[in-house]
Amino acid sequence: MSAAVDTAPVNAAATADARDRRAPWALTAPALMLFVGVLVIPLAMTVMLSFHDWGQYKGIEPVFILKNWREIATDPYYAEMFWRTFRIALLTTLITAMFGAPEAYILNRMSGRWKSFFLLVILGPLLISVVARTLGWALLFGGNNGLINKFLMSLGLIGSPLPFMFTETGMVIALAHVMMPFMVLSVWAALQRVDPQIENAALSLGAGSFTIIRRIVLPQIMPGVLSGAIIVFSLSASAFATPAIIGGRRLKVAATLAYDEFLNTLNWPLGAAVAVLLLLALVMIVVGSNALIERRYAEVFR
Amino acid sequence: MSFLELDRVAKQFGPQTVVDDFSLTVGKGEFVSFLGPSGCGKTTTLQMIAGFLDPSRGAIRLEGRDLTAVQPAKRGLGIVFQSYALFPHMTAAENVAFGLEMRRVPRAECRERVRAALAMVGLAGYEERYPRRMSGGQQQRVALARALVIRPSVLLLDEPLSNLDAKLREDMQIELRQIQRNLGTTTILVTHDQNEAMSLSDRIVVMNQGRIEQIGTPQETYERPASAFVSQFLGKTNDFAATIDRSVTPGRLTAGSWSAPAPAGLAGPVTVSIRPERIGFGDAGLVAKIVTRIFQGNHWLFQCESECGAVIVIRQNDGQPQPAEGEAVRLAWRPEDMSLRSAGVAA
Repeated sequence: MSAAVDTAPVNAAATADARDRRAPWALTAPALMLFVGVLVIPLAMTVMLSFHDWGQYKGIEPVFILKNWREIATDPYYAEMFWRTFRIALLTTLITAMFGAPEAYILNRMSGRWKSFFLLVILGPLLISVVARTLGWALLFGGNNGLINKFLMSLGLIGSPLPFMFTETGMVIALAHVMMPFMVLSVWAALQRVDPQIENAALSLGAGSFTIIRRIVLPQIMPGVLSGAIIVFSLSASAFATPAIIGGRRLKVAATLAYDEFLNTLNWPLGAAVAVLLLLALVMIVVGSNALIERRYAEVFR
Repeated sequence: MSFLELDRVAKQFGPQTVVDDFSLTVGKGEFVSFLGPSGCGKTTTLQMIAGFLDPSRGAIRLEGRDLTAVQPAKRGLGIVFQSYALFPHMTAAENVAFGLEMRRVPRAECRERVRAALAMVGLAGYEERYPRRMSGGQQQRVALARALVIRPSVLLLDEPLSNLDAKLREDMQIELRQIQRNLGTTTILVTHDQNEAMSLSDRIVVMNQGRIEQIGTPQETYERPASAFVSQFLGKTNDFAATIDRSVTPGRLTAGSWSAPAPAGLAGPVTVSIRPERIGFGDAGLVAKIVTRIFQGNHWLFQCESECGAVIVIRQNDGQPQPAEGEAVRLAWRPEDMSLRSAGVAA
C-alpha cells in the first residue's frame, strides 16, 4: 500500500523529467531543421565535392581522391592567392580599427541630434549595394578618367594617374570603406558600457586628455575593437563583390578564385576545395583570436 | 578665514538658470552637505567646484585663489561619484594608485600610500581584486580610497551612498564621518537624503530650484526651518494656518481652539509649523480625532483630523497607554517648539 503511494509520484516525476528534456529539442526543431537543411547539408556536400575528380572532357567524377587538395598545397599560385587574401583582410582590419575606433568615440560624445545624424551617415554605406559603392570608388579613382586622378593631375601634383583599379591598395581602400560601419558599431556598443563619469574621475585625479584616452578609455573599448576586428577580418577575407570589381581577373583573391573555378573553368571540385580551405582558415583564425580575447579580458568583463 | 568660498555663483544652460546666486563659505575641515530634491542644482554646483562645468557668473575661491582659472586636472580635489566610476580594467590597488601615478609619486611611496588608503577604508587584502568582483559597498570604499589617497584639499561626494542598501548605507555613513574627522579633510556632500545630510554634516545647505533656501547646522535647519520648503523637506512636519491678533496686548496667537501669547514680530495671518514629535495629547488645545494609529516599534504614529486640517503626531513608545483610533483628543504643544512664518510669503 505504502509502496504504491511512494512510487506513483516518482513515476510522475520521471515522465515529467523526460518531457522536460524533450521540450528544448521540440522547441528548437524548426530552427534546427532550417539550419541543417540550408547550411549543414550544402556545406557537407561542398566538402565531399572537393574530393571528387574533374577533367576537361569527362566532367565531375564522384570518386574520392586528394588531387585538388594536393594541387592547392603544392602549386605556389594558390599560396600567393591565400596570402593576398589574408594580407588584404588584415590591412583592411587595421585601417577600420584605426579610423573606426576614434570615429565611434567622437560619435559617442556628440549631442543628441548630431549623434543620430552622423550615425546615419556612418550606416549609410550599408544601405547602398556593395556593387554600387565599389563602382563609385572606381569612378573616383579608375584610370585616367577618374575624378580624383584628373583633379590631382590638373593641379600638377602627380604626373601620371595613381593606380587604383587592379591594385591591392585599391581593394583595401574600398573594402575599408565598406567594412567601416561594422567596426564603428562594435566599438560604439563597447562605449555604451563605459561609465560616463569615468573620464571625469580620471580628470579629477590629474590625468591629461591623452592619458585618459590611452589608459582609461582605450582598454575599456578594446574588446569592442577586437570583436569588430574579427567581423571585419572574416567579412573582408570572404568578400566577393569588391575584389571582383576592383581586382577583376588580374588580381584574384580566394573568393573570386573559387567563383572562377566554379563558373568559368567549371572545375567545381577545385573551386570547392578553395572554398572549404578559406572557410577552415577563417574559422580557425576567428575561434583562435576569440579565445585569446576572452582569456585576456575574462577578469575584467564578466 | 574661509577655506573654500563660492561667491554668487550661477549656472545657466541656455535660457534655463540651474543654479542662481549661490554664496557659501566653507571652513577648513568642515563637512557641508548640499541637500535638495533632484534637479535643485546641487550636483551642478558640485561639478562647478570640481571644474567639469564652468560657472556662468560668480567666483569660486580656494584659500583665496580663483579656482575657476585652474584646470580640473590641476585642482587637486578628490571626488567620489554616484556610480563610483572605478576603472574596471584595473585592480583595486591600481585604481587607488592612478592619482599618485599622475602626480609622479615615487613607486615605493606610492605602494605604501595605496596600502594605507585601502587599509583605512577596511579593504586590506583586496588589492588585487577587480571592481566587477567586488560588492557595491566594497566598490564604494575603493572609490573613497582613490579620492583620499591624493590628499585632496577638498573632498567632493556626489550622492556616494545612494546605490547602497539601507543597512550598509548607515554603516558607511558612520565610517565616512569617522574617516573625515580623522583626516580633517574639508568635505562637501551632495545628497537628497535628509537623514544622511543630518547625520554627517556640520552644516547643511538646503537647496530648491537652483537657490539656497537655508544654510545652517542640522539642528537649526530642522528646528528653525527658514521656509515652508525646508520644513517640509527635512523630516515630517505639520503646517497650518493661524492668526495673530495685535488688538490685545501683548497679542494673541490663535489656531482653532489652541491659543498662546504671540511672540513679537509678525501680525495677521501666519503659518504655524510644528514637528509631529513635539505635539502632545492634553486636556486643552486643538480639537482633533484620531484617524489611524500605526505602531512602529519605538514610537507610535497618529494621523489626526483636526479643526485646522490633517495633523501627524508621533509619540514615544514609553509604555504609557495611547489613545485609540476614532478617539477624540486635544492637541497641544509648547509655543517655543513651533516656528512661525508670515502666511502667503513662502509658497
